[in-house]
Amino acid sequence: METTSLVGIPMEHGLAVAGILFALGLAGVMMRRDILFLLMSLEVMMNATALAFVVAGSRWQQPDGQIMFILVLSLAASEASVGLAILIQLHRRFRTLDVDSASEMRG
Amino acid sequence: MTFFFYLAAAVAVLATLLVIFGRNPVHALLNLVVSLLAVAGMFFMLGAPFAGALEIIVYAGAIMVLFVFVVMMLNLGAETTDQERRWLTPKTWFAPAVLAGLLLVGLLHVLLGGATHAAALATVDARQVGAHLFGPYLLAVELASMLLLAALVAAYHLGRHD
Amino acid sequence: MNLLFLVFTFPLLGFLTLALGRTRISENAAAVIGVGTVGASALLTAIIGWQFYQLPTGASYTQLMWTWMDVDGFAPRFALRLDQLSMLMMFVITGVGFFIHLFASWYMRGDEAYPRFFAYMNLFVAAMLFLVLGDNLLFLYFGWEGVGLASYLLIGFWYKDAANGAAARKAFVVTRIGDTFMAIGLFIIFHGLGTLDIQQVMTLAPQQWAEGGTMATAAALLLLGGAVGKSAQLPLQTWLPDAMAGPTPVSALIHAATMVTAGVYLIARTHVLFELAPFALNLVGWIGGITLLLAGFTALTQSDIKKILAYSTMSQIGYMFLALGAGAYQPAVFHLMTHAFFKALLFLSAGSVILACHHEQDIFRMGGLRKQIPFTFWVFLIGSLGLVAFPLTSGFFSKDQILFQAWAYGHRELYWMGLAGAFMTALYTFRLIFIAFFGDSHAHEVHKPHGADHSLPLAVLAVAALFGGWIHIPLDAVLPQAAISEQAEHAEHGLALTSVAVSFAGIFCAWFFFLKNRAAAAAIRDSALGTLLFRWWRAAFGFDWLYDKLFVQTYLLLVRVNRRDVADQAIGLIPRLTMLLNTQFTHTQTGQLRWYAGAMAAGAVVVIAAVILL
Repeated sequence: METTSLVGIPMEHGLAVAGILFALGLAGVMMRRDILFLLMSLEVMMNATALAFVVAGSRWQQPDGQIMFILVLSLAASEASVGLAILIQLHRRFRTLDVDSASEMRG
Repeated sequence: MTFFFYLAAAVAVLATLLVIFGRNPVHALLNLVVSLLAVAGMFFMLGAPFAGALEIIVYAGAIMVLFVFVVMMLNLGAETTDQERRWLTPKTWFAPAVLAGLLLVGLLHVLLGGATHAAALATVDARQVGAHLFGPYLLAVELASMLLLAALVAAYHLGRHD
Repeated sequence: MNLLFLVFTFPLLGFLTLALGRTRISENAAAVIGVGTVGASALLTAIIGWQFYQLPTGASYTQLMWTWMDVDGFAPRFALRLDQLSMLMMFVITGVGFFIHLFASWYMRGDEAYPRFFAYMNLFVAAMLFLVLGDNLLFLYFGWEGVGLASYLLIGFWYKDAANGAAARKAFVVTRIGDTFMAIGLFIIFHGLGTLDIQQVMTLAPQQWAEGGTMATAAALLLLGGAVGKSAQLPLQTWLPDAMAGPTPVSALIHAATMVTAGVYLIARTHVLFELAPFALNLVGWIGGITLLLAGFTALTQSDIKKILAYSTMSQIGYMFLALGAGAYQPAVFHLMTHAFFKALLFLSAGSVILACHHEQDIFRMGGLRKQIPFTFWVFLIGSLGLVAFPLTSGFFSKDQILFQAWAYGHRELYWMGLAGAFMTALYTFRLIFIAFFGDSHAHEVHKPHGADHSLPLAVLAVAALFGGWIHIPLDAVLPQAAISEQAEHAEHGLALTSVAVSFAGIFCAWFFFLKNRAAAAAIRDSALGTLLFRWWRAAFGFDWLYDKLFVQTYLLLVRVNRRDVADQAIGLIPRLTMLLNTQFTHTQTGQLRWYAGAMAAGAVVVIAAVILL
């Protein structure tokens, strides 16, 4: 099934959406104290980047954007798995999901 | 047709807002899934069906399920929700919001300042992507597989019991 | 003659051997090495001298050893120059030095640091030889500093007594002030003439510098500053009496015969420069004359035998400066030679007296020594006769020539000062003799000294003091002698008779006041004016007090004001600032993940803003 849009969607609008999602994810990373939510916000950011790539690929009508999307996807998968493993370790050692609990700096 | 794109965009943004301001982890996860599905919808509008399908299958289907597994394993319940409520005071989210807002303002200034270029004029289907993957981007595929292997080993090691 | 370099190498090797093998060398071995090296130098000097005087008059011999450095046109050579002046100085240094070393090997017996003593003495002789043989002013300065160092080491030889260390420091610091002046003078000479080679300076200076001009006067005055310091003349004379804290042979060698004459040597060497600056030359004469009288008055009031001799040295060097200032260069150097003979003799025999009286130095606690140690008495008397210029002794010829040439060249004030000085010299010298050697004995049992190494040097120096005046050392090629008018020639005999009469008058007064009628002397001293003058003169005219108030107290005041050390505080600002920044920056290391993420985001915002706005 092919969907063609004769008018086209402005690339800048797509990128703007990606930007908004990225900023939201960034805000989430900076705000949340719970590791799980931190990782979720990180996923949001990566998703936003992936969106940007696909939009760009669509503008030039080349598959390169989607290929980059695939690579970002595999990156997100690896990062999520490693991050969750760390989360499990943190939970086991400190009995909490507070990310500040592992800090030993006295600055 | 472009209306659906903007609708999906709005859904994605709203769902993300609910994620980052959410207090219940499971609810937040489900909101995240909704956001991902909306983005998948956007991909379909842009003439990237393969990307959209992959988003749903891998991102929403595998990665989010991984998150759900972990949440279930840690058995985060009501006290987590209370904790999050306590942690999420205006004092906490004001400064990050401002900072992210500034960044966003900068980005939007650049993006929406000039002329627009049309995207989504043609569909780039799976066949083309596949041909490119095993053509020019062969090395990237191999590297990605190595990355996944490394992540696998790391996750196994980090998740061990002792 | 190309063994010239060995003359100073022997003592230098002696120094190294004794310095490195200090406790492992026995007393006898140290004596043999210490005295032997200087003896070898003396012998070599004699041979070289014999060869030198075979050469035609006016010939000189330069031995280039190596060039020290060659930087941007400044290429000082380590070269030895042998001409009539340096030949004479070499004779004095090695000859008199050898006999002093021999006496010292007797004097210092039993001292626990016997090898160290001879090490320092040899170092001194080597440095003094550098000084007189140096072909350029840089090497002269090198020797100059070397003798200053050796003087410090020897004055403070018995360092366990802090007072000796203080005396050594005082000597070093005061001569250092002079040395600094001299160094600046050398800078001016190099800057103006482009070379420090003495012969070149002597030819270039009259060509390039105007007579009486600022450059020549400045250079001459600064060199004079250095000479004044080393020779203990006004205003840097305060160190010499304190230097008597060292062993007596040291006083004989350094502070009578050789180091203190370095200033005279310097001015004689660079006389061309001084002639370009008549003001400086005149000043030389006046400094000599005033110091002469000052030291004479002070010597009259002292009771320590070595201090009397020290002030006497100061006074006699004043004579040499007076002669230089009057343009009488040859008599000045001649007097340098004769003074070395009789002053060394006086110091060595004083050392003999001191040891005989068991380290007693106060003359009022001696007395009647004439009968108890006759040999020492006779040599001391011979030395004194030389000092007061008794007719036909060596001192007579030299002092007579100085006074005659001062008169003949028209420097009348200098002549009168010299004549008055002759009276004073006779007075204080015979005061010393009459109080210490005549009269009733206040001393405990006196121990007669024995040993050839005691008596031989004294005998030889006595012969030199008596007959040394008949030796004619040629100096014409190096030091000019201006023509003397006919009318002055006629006055020569009259002047000689006058000075003899004046000395005899001094001896008579000394006999009267210090042997015949001591009560009269005491009465004069106890009178109102007498007490005042006595205390003033005894304190060497208060120079020590003056310098203390003027320089030392001022410096200490500044030190107290700057207790917190402004410079240190200012530099300390840098570490304080760094610590402050450190404390501030440490606050950024919170350990909180969200903080770091926020920091990164802030950085990204800044960069993007910069890209957009700029």
